[in-house]
Amino acid sequence: MPRRITYRDALREAMDEELARDPMVVIMGEEVAQYNGAYKVTQGLWDKWGDKRIVDTPISEAGFIGMGIGASMLGVRPVMELMFWSFYTVAWDQIVNNAAMVRYMSGGKINCPIVIRGPANGGTSVGATHSHTPENIMASFPGMKCVVPATAYDAKGLLKAAIRDNDPVMFMESTKLYGEEWDVPANDELPGGELVIPLGVADIKRSGTDISLIAHGRAVITCLQAAEILEAEHGISAEVVDVRSIRPLDEETILDSVSRTHRAIYVEEGRPFCGVGAQIAYTIQSKLFDELDAPVLRVTSLDAPAIYSPPLEALQLPTPELVIEKALSIC
Amino acid sequence: MAKKSASSESAADAAINRSLTPDDKIKLYREMVRIRRFEQVSLQHYQAGRMGGFLHLYIGQESVATGVVSLMGENDHIITAYRDHGHALAVGMTMNECMAELFGKGTGCSRGKGGSMHYFAPDKNYWGGHGIVAGQTPLGLGLAYGLKYRGLKGAALAFLGDGAVNQGAYHESLNIAELFDLPVIYVIENNGYSMGTSQARSSAFGNSLAERAAGYGIAWDTFSGEDIYEVRAHTHAAIERAHTECRPTVLEVKTYRWEGHSVADANKLKYRTKEEVELHQREHDPIQRWKRVLLDEGVCDEAELKKIDKAAQQEAEESAEFAKASAYPAPETIFEDVYWEVDQMTTAGLTGRHFFND
Repeated sequence: MPRRITYRDALREAMDEELARDPMVVIMGEEVAQYNGAYKVTQGLWDKWGDKRIVDTPISEAGFIGMGIGASMLGVRPVMELMFWSFYTVAWDQIVNNAAMVRYMSGGKINCPIVIRGPANGGTSVGATHSHTPENIMASFPGMKCVVPATAYDAKGLLKAAIRDNDPVMFMESTKLYGEEWDVPANDELPGGELVIPLGVADIKRSGTDISLIAHGRAVITCLQAAEILEAEHGISAEVVDVRSIRPLDEETILDSVSRTHRAIYVEEGRPFCGVGAQIAYTIQSKLFDELDAPVLRVTSLDAPAIYSPPLEALQLPTPELVIEKALSIC
Repeated sequence: MAKKSASSESAADAAINRSLTPDDKIKLYREMVRIRRFEQVSLQHYQAGRMGGFLHLYIGQESVATGVVSLMGENDHIITAYRDHGHALAVGMTMNECMAELFGKGTGCSRGKGGSMHYFAPDKNYWGGHGIVAGQTPLGLGLAYGLKYRGLKGAALAFLGDGAVNQGAYHESLNIAELFDLPVIYVIENNGYSMGTSQARSSAFGNSLAERAAGYGIAWDTFSGEDIYEVRAHTHAAIERAHTECRPTVLEVKTYRWEGHSVADANKLKYRTKEEVELHQREHDPIQRWKRVLLDEGVCDEAELKKIDKAAQQEAEESAEFAKASAYPAPETIFEDVYWEVDQMTTAGLTGRHFFND
């Protein structure tokens, strides 16, 4: 039996292994140490690594994110947890003007090897302030990288690569996935002895021939569910492409898939306007116009702030049913 | 925790100042004059339309950066806001690279990508040059964090203006500096005006802006920046605190900018009087003050100082010629210096698409 661990455990393993590999790696954030993490992602790390490597910060995102960026200029490699990615707003100047721009404005004299990680998802009835999915915003700034893993396997491998990367990486997780289990081989079962997944490499999560469902984050899971039903009930073979990393982006795999299926839908939990799907739909139409048998469609969150009311919030996010409906409209 | 400002006489007697050799003292004069001449020449070229954007001049405040930087050792680092030319020259950046940056040339210190507000020289422990008011204050905190993490005995000197003290990022930084015992020194260069708004109209305070540090349990001090002896004496105490106790300090240095907030400040004589500006130029010029000290102490004679003035003027003019003669950056450099991994052509930099131009 392959080893199965949760998405949460996979993230913790990645941090634990990187802490062991590089003495400059520091985990910092609100409640990450003594409290063991608001979502228990960092559980046990403080006991194991102590105060120097696992650092509790006050609720002061501009202060501690900015501090991490400054420390990274002197070679420290902070992995900073935002309890919710939604809180990026109060650290935004530090993230965008300092982490993302300082290399450029210094003519390449500086780089910021930081990771900012935490959950970025709706669907938990916490209202609009705690349900932001800002991957499209992060990815729109050259200088930043943006990664959104959908499975425990990807979460571990991508986080390890993100920590080793010498540019600022915005790493977005999902509280809805933290407790889900996937196959993640132990290191001694892996040929290289560890799991590192390069940024900028998409993954075909399910092969198909009739339509490409392209997605990132938890929407990948939604697509996989939709694909099963499309196959079983409608005889449609859907390929599911998980982009995994939005910037850098593996366009080749996306375009290759669509050039075989001739139909594409982008599915994401973000909003439609200037969403990740908008960029990818643009790329597909501009590069594969003659290959397309139908317009490129999108399934996104409904275009309003995240609603609190639990049954309505469920309607606001992409569902397999919505994906199936859109797929049937072009297949 | 506050200390009373030392009078200039006692500041001159401070051990850190008594240790200055005549050459050191002349060097301080030369540095201040170089900053002023550089900026005066840059102003001419700005007005002639050879530069873009803003030009925030430091004229009148030269003693602050010069005095503070003269105390920096191997593991002391510095970061500042957008009025950054003086700090840059003080740490040893050349006039050529600084002037060329203003002209937007490829030979500029930031390869023409930063401009006036964004000078950097990490090899000289100088971390910019930052455009957003108080945005650099958490970075200064991070430099101190990095020093402590690496076990180095050093200080992070983070400059800010009096207009920056009301930004949240600064207060968050003070809180963390105290909580984490970080060797950061915030140097508030209080020139009296946050752009066109006077200190009285922008900040709620009791006796001084630095005193707010007391609420965080941080040592603070306030003094005049006119006399470089004073700047050095007071700053030295803060650096000692950082080095020996690994503790933060907030310093408030009273100073005055002769020019507008930037050269584009059309109201520079509306929010303050011409008489006020002239009084500072006539009676509180830090360069003239230091000149008198040097002459009074018999460190050198007037002829020698004139030679320094002339050399600085010539150096500044030559830097403008250098900048003029330099080429603009090649268009393809627009995509350089965005991602380290791409610039280094690492496997990570060559994997996936990083730029989306079509």
